[in-house]
Formats: sequence, C-alpha cells, structure tokens
Amino acid sequence: MNRGASATVTPDLNVRADFPILKERTSRGKPLIYLDSAATSQKPQAVIDAIARYYSEYNANIHRGVYEIAARATDAFEEARAKVARFLNAAEPAEIVWTRNATEAINLVAWSWGGANLHAGDIILLTQLEHHSNLVPWQLLAERTGAHLRYIPVDDRGEPILDDLDTLLQGCALVALTHVSNTLGTILPVAEIVARAHSTGAIVLVDGAQAAPHLAVDVRALDADFYALSAHKMLGPTGIGVLYGKRRLLEAMPPFLSGGDMIRSVSYERSTFNELPWKFEAGTSNIADAIAFGTAIDYLEAYGMENVRAHERALLAYAFERLAPLEARGLAIYGPHDVERSSGVVSMNFADIHAHDLASILDTEGVCIRAGHHCTMPLMARLDLAATARASFYIYNDRRDVDALVAGLEKAATIFRIS
Amino acid sequence: MDDFYRDFILDHYRNPRNFGHLPAPDAVAEDRNPLCGDEMRVEIEVDDAGNVADIRFSGKGCAISQASASMLVESAKGKSLESLIALGEASVLENVGIDISPTRMKCAMLGLSVLKSAALAGLAKAGSE
Repeated sequence: MNRGASATVTPDLNVRADFPILKERTSRGKPLIYLDSAATSQKPQAVIDAIARYYSEYNANIHRGVYEIAARATDAFEEARAKVARFLNAAEPAEIVWTRNATEAINLVAWSWGGANLHAGDIILLTQLEHHSNLVPWQLLAERTGAHLRYIPVDDRGEPILDDLDTLLQGCALVALTHVSNTLGTILPVAEIVARAHSTGAIVLVDGAQAAPHLAVDVRALDADFYALSAHKMLGPTGIGVLYGKRRLLEAMPPFLSGGDMIRSVSYERSTFNELPWKFEAGTSNIADAIAFGTAIDYLEAYGMENVRAHERALLAYAFERLAPLEARGLAIYGPHDVERSSGVVSMNFADIHAHDLASILDTEGVCIRAGHHCTMPLMARLDLAATARASFYIYNDRRDVDALVAGLEKAATIFRIS
Repeated sequence: MDDFYRDFILDHYRNPRNFGHLPAPDAVAEDRNPLCGDEMRVEIEVDDAGNVADIRFSGKGCAISQASASMLVESAKGKSLESLIALGEASVLENVGIDISPTRMKCAMLGLSVLKSAALAGLAKAGSE
C-alpha cells in the first residue's frame, strides 16, 4: 500500500496485490477487470481476515457477556463505531448508528424522524438524480403523512440547477439528496445546499453511498443533519451500513425497530429505551461485519482519502482521453465529463449498441461493467435514456483496466460493424 | 456470448420484421423486463379459422430481445393461436441457433412471453364472442 500523502499517487501494483479476487480469471481464462465498484467494491485480504478472525477467535454476543471473549467482541464492535465517527468527523461515536446499509439508514430516518416530524402539506425536497433508495422511502412517507415531494431539477448533463432553490425550499421540512450520483458520477455541492436549506429551517439528509468511498467526507463541515452510507461500497462487507445523525435530532427521535438491546428497562406494561446509539440497534447486530468494516476504514485511512480522490481523478482523466476517439464513432458519455466535478464513473452508450449487449461483449473479455437504469428510473426518463453502460473505478483499478475497457469497446464496434 | 451477435441477428436487430402496429388488432399484449427496462408489445389479427392473419411487434431493447422477437413473430404468421400458446423456450433457441447465457435468457424470452400472452388474449376474445 502507498502510505504517502503525495497527490501523484501510483499505488496500483501494491494495492492490487491486497485484493485476492483480482488474481482470479474468468471461465474463458481472462483476467478479471472489475469496473463495477459503484455497485459493490472488492474487499482487501485484511477485511476478509477480520471476519474470519472474529468467528474463529472471539465470536460472542456483545453488550452483555461478562466473559473475556464477550468483552473482546464488544470492544472491537464499539471500536469500529469509533473509527466510523472519526472517518466522517462526527462529534462522537454515539452519533453513528449501525444499519444494514444506506437504504436502511434512510428508511430509519423516514420512519422515525419523518413519522414524528412531518405533517400534511409539508414539502420533502429531493433531486432528480436520486437512487430509488433515496426516493421510494420518501414517496411512501409522503403517502403516510400527506406531505408532498418536490425535485431540484437537473440539466441535460445531469447537473443540478440551483437557480430556483430558494423557491423550492419554501415550506420544505426535509431535503434528501445524494452526495454523488451513482448513475453519472456527478458530485453535488452539498455544503451549499445544506446551508441554504438550513436558512429556511429544513433538515437535510445526505445519501453518501457513492461519496463516502471516494471523497474525504466531513459531516460537520457539510453540516449534514443525517448522512447514510453502505460499507460494501467502500471495501467493507455487505450487510452493514451507517446512519450518522446529529445527537440533538437522534435523541428526540422515537425508536425505529424495537426489541432487545435497544431498551433500558421493560415491564409487561411499558419500556424505556437505551441511550444513543443503541436506541436504534434492536436485536443482535451484525457484529462480524461491523468489525470488518472498521478494518476497511483502517485500509482507506492508510491509503488516504485524498489519495483515493487523486487516483480516481487521474484514472478518469485517462479514461476520457482514451475514450475520446470513440466519440466520433458514436460513443456518448453522460454526466459532467469533467474530472473536477465527477467521481470515478463513466456512464455511456455506444452507437446503436444496447447497453446490455455492450456489457455482454465486455464480459467475454473479463471486463465487468453495469448496464441498465442503475436504480434511477426517473433520472433515465428525464435524460431520455433507456439504459446506460457504466464503468466505475476504485483504488485497485489502473490504466490497464481502462485499456481493457477500450479494447472491449473496440471489439463491440467490430461485432456490430460500427466503422 | 460474443458468438451470439452474428450477421442475421444484427440484421433482425437493425431491421426488425413486422415491426409496428396493426390498424385494428384482435389481440394485444405488452410487458417489460423491469431489470433492464426492455419493453415489448405484440398485436395480432386473427382470421376466421383462429389463425394469425397478421402480426406486429413494437418496443425497445437489446439485440437479443429484439432479434429473438423479430424471428419468433415472423414464424408466427399463419399459425393457430393454440400452437403459439404451446411454444416453449426451445422455439426461441432454435431460431437464434446458439445457447444464451443465463443472465440474458430473460431478454431472449421477453418476445415469447408477450406473444403467448397476446395469443391467450385472442383465444379469450374468440371464446367470449
């Protein structure tokens, strides 16, 4: 691993060795070229080992055992929480609630905060870029409460149009927006939107599922009220995610799921609830994966989030450079097309080749990309697209992966007789 | 999978046969593949004997779904509605002449599924008249 802080990182060779799956070959004998990290990231050996170590050395339930391995499991679990708090620059670990993923974190806020605070006629403001996970929970909440949804529009490049933001914010109780678009890679000006939303009294939830893996996130600098993320997109395991919330808000919220561990005392008549963050963690948590997520954060911090961003920016610039000649042959690239305003995502279509056909042809070369609507059906309709082919980068990708992508596109052009 | 995209497949993809709409179809069915957003609609005109007098399909999707539908619809002309309902996946695979990877089978079978729905609708209509 490259532990330097230099902006010109070239950590490719060492990092690749840390990810065992990258040594695999496809059934056709092709090296695995993994360009779908926006769907889920690969895992370094250290994260895989952390899961095995918990189950093989100190598997025990947390927060109640008095014996040694129970204390060790509790410590590791809470230490992982503290790592997440530090990683996001939260004020304290109590503001970090474990969930299954970002989707569950958003649902927690929709049910708990939304149920207690939203009323008929209130406005929930989203952007047209939202993933279904930050859209459907608010549609259902609006149905339950009589609140209304409003959208910050995007232009044809998928850039949010903020000209009428102050008008859109009128009557708005909650703004829920993505930090980075999963479909286009667009980085949104979250701090600016939060400040303007706060000036009208609205609360802001940020869907950070595509941002936390790629950018240095400081929830206090953003002044986000809630921030949601999924571990599996940032080198961690599936099944564990995080809701960050400001203490003042979390304390006033009713429980979401209820049961064991989230209570202080229970009688046959009534219950009182545990303090933060355990009030929101009913039942036995996903202990192993929370601990392994802590290891993933160790890895990212050792690499340096500035280096992650610099590496992806350089790779994206290289990709745009290599893809440029294909644009004359019908390659269309969507999104900002600007490395300063884009995370490591290239969303595209090639001439009249459907995205699924493109993905199938790339698959024959071992190149894994995602094709489809990327769980953003309203955005696809807004941009008048049926589907796109999306390549997304992470720290273990290098220029050779971009070269393989371009070679795969050339092959598709040959098969489809595109001159 | 790259073997799939042979000339006649690409020809059916770019020049789908019987693509469009009928002025007064007797039976219509449509469906979409929610995973990829492919859409397909089949319209059938039925003659007095209960056979396909004319047929059109429309929609959008990948080469696999569009070419499979084009070939299937072409072969449906003149056939009885009952025989269309009895069609299985093999009828599609025989047309394309090559195995389809499991991840793309849904694309290949979208046309078959909509054609059978349209034939069922045609039979139901004939039965109610």
